[in-house]
Amino acid sequence: MRVPMNWLAEYCDPGMDAAALADRLAMTGTEVERVVRHGAQTTEGFVIGKVLTREQHPDADRLSVCGVDVGEGEPVTIVCGAPNVDAGQTVAVARPGAVMPDGTKLKKAKLRGVESNGMILAEDELEIGGDHNGIMQLETDPALSGRELAAGAPLIEALVPGEDVLELEITPNRPDCLGVYGVAREVHAITGNPLASLPTGPSPEGDETFSIEVQDHTLCPRFTARVYRDVKVGSSPLWLKQRLSAAGQRPINNVVDITNYLMLLTGQPMHAFDMDKIRGGRLVIRNASEAEKMTTLDGVERVCDEQTVLVCDGEGPSAIAGIMGGAISEVSDETTSVLLEIATWNGPNIHRTSQKLALRSEASGRFEKGLSAELPLEVQELAAKLMTELTGARLTSATIDVAGEIAAPRAVKLRATKLRALLGAEISAQRCAEILQRLAFDVAVEGDDVVATPPHFRAADITREADLIEEIARVEGVDSIPATLPAAPAAIGRLSGSQRLKRRIEDLLAANGYHEAITWSFTGAQQLAAISADGAAAPEHELLTIANPLSEDHSVMRPLALPGLLQAAKHNLARGADAVRLFEVGAVYSGTADEPREHTAIALLLSGPAAAGTWRDQGANGDFYALKGVVDAVAAQAGVTPEYQPIDATHHTYLIPGRAAEVLVGDVSLGWLGELHPLVAKRFDLPDTVVGELNLQALSALLPEPVTYEPISTFPPAREDIAVVVEAERTADEVLGVVREAGGKLLSGAGVFDVYEGEQVGEGRKSLAIRLTYSAPDRTLTDDEVAAARAKITERLESIGGLLRG
Amino acid sequence: MSETVEKIQSIEAEASSAIGSAGTPAELEDARVRFLGRKAALNEILKSIAQLPPEEKGPVGKAGNQTRGRLEALLSRRQEVLEAAALNDLLENERIDITLPASPTIAGGSLHPITQTRREIEDVFVGMGYKVAEGPEVERVHYNFDALNHPPNHPAREWTDTFYFSDDVLLRTHTSPVQVRVMERQPPPVYVIVPGKVYRRDNDATHTPMFHQIEGLAVDENVTLGDLRGTLLEFARAIFGEDREVRLRPHFFPFTEPSVEIDVSCFKCKGGGHLKDGSRCNLCKGIGWIEILGAGMVDPNVFEHVRESGYDPEKIQGFAFGMGVERIAMLKHGVPDLRLFYDNDLRFLDQFGRGVA
Repeated sequence: MRVPMNWLAEYCDPGMDAAALADRLAMTGTEVERVVRHGAQTTEGFVIGKVLTREQHPDADRLSVCGVDVGEGEPVTIVCGAPNVDAGQTVAVARPGAVMPDGTKLKKAKLRGVESNGMILAEDELEIGGDHNGIMQLETDPALSGRELAAGAPLIEALVPGEDVLELEITPNRPDCLGVYGVAREVHAITGNPLASLPTGPSPEGDETFSIEVQDHTLCPRFTARVYRDVKVGSSPLWLKQRLSAAGQRPINNVVDITNYLMLLTGQPMHAFDMDKIRGGRLVIRNASEAEKMTTLDGVERVCDEQTVLVCDGEGPSAIAGIMGGAISEVSDETTSVLLEIATWNGPNIHRTSQKLALRSEASGRFEKGLSAELPLEVQELAAKLMTELTGARLTSATIDVAGEIAAPRAVKLRATKLRALLGAEISAQRCAEILQRLAFDVAVEGDDVVATPPHFRAADITREADLIEEIARVEGVDSIPATLPAAPAAIGRLSGSQRLKRRIEDLLAANGYHEAITWSFTGAQQLAAISADGAAAPEHELLTIANPLSEDHSVMRPLALPGLLQAAKHNLARGADAVRLFEVGAVYSGTADEPREHTAIALLLSGPAAAGTWRDQGANGDFYALKGVVDAVAAQAGVTPEYQPIDATHHTYLIPGRAAEVLVGDVSLGWLGELHPLVAKRFDLPDTVVGELNLQALSALLPEPVTYEPISTFPPAREDIAVVVEAERTADEVLGVVREAGGKLLSGAGVFDVYEGEQVGEGRKSLAIRLTYSAPDRTLTDDEVAAARAKITERLESIGGLLRG
Repeated sequence: MSETVEKIQSIEAEASSAIGSAGTPAELEDARVRFLGRKAALNEILKSIAQLPPEEKGPVGKAGNQTRGRLEALLSRRQEVLEAAALNDLLENERIDITLPASPTIAGGSLHPITQTRREIEDVFVGMGYKVAEGPEVERVHYNFDALNHPPNHPAREWTDTFYFSDDVLLRTHTSPVQVRVMERQPPPVYVIVPGKVYRRDNDATHTPMFHQIEGLAVDENVTLGDLRGTLLEFARAIFGEDREVRLRPHFFPFTEPSVEIDVSCFKCKGGGHLKDGSRCNLCKGIGWIEILGAGMVDPNVFEHVRESGYDPEKIQGFAFGMGVERIAMLKHGVPDLRLFYDNDLRFLDQFGRGVA
């Protein structure tokens, strides 16, 4: 919303410059995006001039040499290129020193040998309008003709050459501020400076009537119309063009300009019909039929649906209600009769239709916020003045007003106690009443309380006590409220066990050389196919798909964090990183729109050395076992030691099946890890890479009870190492399981410390070296006891085909 | 005193001197053989005690054995001294280059700056008595909009602004739905903050479709707008420095009333708008204040949605606030471009690894 300072000051003079006003507005609830300059940078240097003489330039066909009276006694010479310049004209002159809109400071200049002491201005040179066909002739302007325009007088007496414009961001609850006058009311409320009322027009000169039917008042609470005859469509006066341009609206013709001007002034959009093009002499406001078509005045054919509201004449649609007029009844240069529609529409309906048709206009943007149904009647009065004065029209009808039941604004009670309790500050009832009165509320003070009825243009926003408190707080200044802290005796701050676990895991990973990444929660079918070794598409029924994605590759909620981490690894390797160790803790998603599921994943990626190399140790390359160590360490944070089992490769097509594992604690799957399939690695230009993902929620569910102390044995353990040769397929876990079972209570530890495969043990076999620890809590074990235990172990190992090596 | 005892004393003096002056293990060994060896004079004297007259046997034996003990101790001490000296000579030749890089025990990982900032903010509020609540990112329209008093035509609801899975299910556009979920679960008083990812259908230089917010909610019998100010003043000082001030500007949000935006006094120009060299502060654009978050008193309509859980808007009141974690992190660390947070470039992430332990 652009508010030109001169226009604003006509209704309420803020008594301060634009920058100071911007600050005041910002601190009272009207956000100012910026202050910009429209037109000339200065007002100084722009004067009214009278062209006394015009002669042909001796050396240029298209230039005139003019003698111009600028109030300095002697006329000054100005060279002018406009074809229409002539003696006897009153013109706008920029003198040397004046600063033009583009920042150029005007100087005396020689044009083809003739010195020019300034510039006679066209509309576009002051950003007043688009006309560059010739200079502005002030004496022919309808609003200036007949006025005394003294040569040398500041131009601003006739026309604003340039001014500051506030660009406001109006919050959705304040459609009343979508007009200059609404902002003037705000300025009045916050400064107390007087507010001028708006000038209204003459009473009707005739009693012409017109048939208007509104079929559904919930969609059209009010429809008003007035009829104007003898309209002369033409150019608007300069002041009007200047205001429209400064407010960001291009001038078109006087009738259209009046509708735009009044909308920018009051916030109320309206539409002018060429009365002679309304077929059948009547208007019907009705819902469109499904797929009903009409061409809007931008020349585009629109396809409506049953919720679109149309303004129709006797034969068909003439305008889309509240959004855009139709080409069929558009005001043209030939128009002589105008029906001016000012109506109120249902905000949500206008919003929906404008979305549906992908058609937004200044009008729809205002109507969709919900405008007061009282406003049309007021604005018709304002329009009458401008229509009759600027187009020469006669108002031949009273206001034709077709309205449903319009609810009157309701009084709201404000308790001083509530105000104090909510704000934590004291504001007297008298002061509250004063603020609300300035905001045009109807106010009565009842003891400590205030009963206030909002003006119609605020009635939708002010329905509760909290709304009144907000008004008072913002005008009084929320920044004056003192800082206190809640008493809050019941507040105990702490992180939950699972939140602490998450932090511990993050810290552990960072301390072990992993960098935390944050990748998009979105992925796409193509990205998911890229992480499948055979390039197959992911099964769609398991994916949570966005109905309105920004792009195809952001259309699916990631079922795992792997695609993002692979992308990040690729990014870094391409930029010269020699190792990439990444982790991410974030949500992954599955299920359907009806039953969406998400959990927090801890995703891991290791590409290159497992630990940072140093000058004497290049760091072992990361492999399955390196990441398994990380997974063990993460699980240990939740107090568990996981088991690793072969994985169902069909669900993890990005892994090498023989080098991947599911991570389990009992029956609970914590996740998976494995070496990245070479075909997938190749697509991301990655060397050997290991990846994994654990479920944080599954892990936190395993968080242990506090540890209970167990006595430490004071008797020394006995240790011995054995080597057993088994078939290569036997896993270490299997062999250790046999050992532990056979060793019974006396065997307190068993672990593999070496694996050998080669000639000495024969093909298809391997040797596992196992360290055994025996102990008892109550005695030192005798050699015989240990020997007996070992014999049992040996026997069981042999029973599974194991061969003990000497 | 017998002649023999005098001789022993003289041997001791000579031997002590020889041991003390032995400069190498070999010289020391020579001294040992010479004075304590089997053929040494002292040994000869002790062996010949039997031949001495009876009255001399006692004194000579005693003096001889004492001398032998003292010399042995002396020898042993000298041995240690010489060994230590030899070791030091050896070590002197094994000097290392102490300027070579360390073998790190912490191998250079890092927490993402968003995580670090989130934790820092969480910790400030945990210290003020808040718990940390979380909620789903895939959310229902009810929690994201309806229960937060967004009118049916609110622009944020549009499919151009918000990601939808169906008419009823969306990606949350703010962390505020967790306010409602927390109040449904728990009667007042409530003091929570809610960190998390949020999503909006925006993708340009200053917006990413995914970003992070931290929401705060305090509901009690008598929490005031003044309390909001004090709480956020504490927050601003904890994050941006002890001498910061905050400024409240009225604003509009559907779920708070009154609503405010909170500015913190610029920590670069100390709120003056100009730097020491007189130039305009580029951080606050010369305004002296930086907008950091939106806040307000919880709208009674929001309480109406959870009235059943004990939230009668006539009996309780509260404040809520919400901030963008990226914005705080950018301000705090001088990160110029939002995209840097999502490139996951190690050269960027590494810069935030120094504080990790």
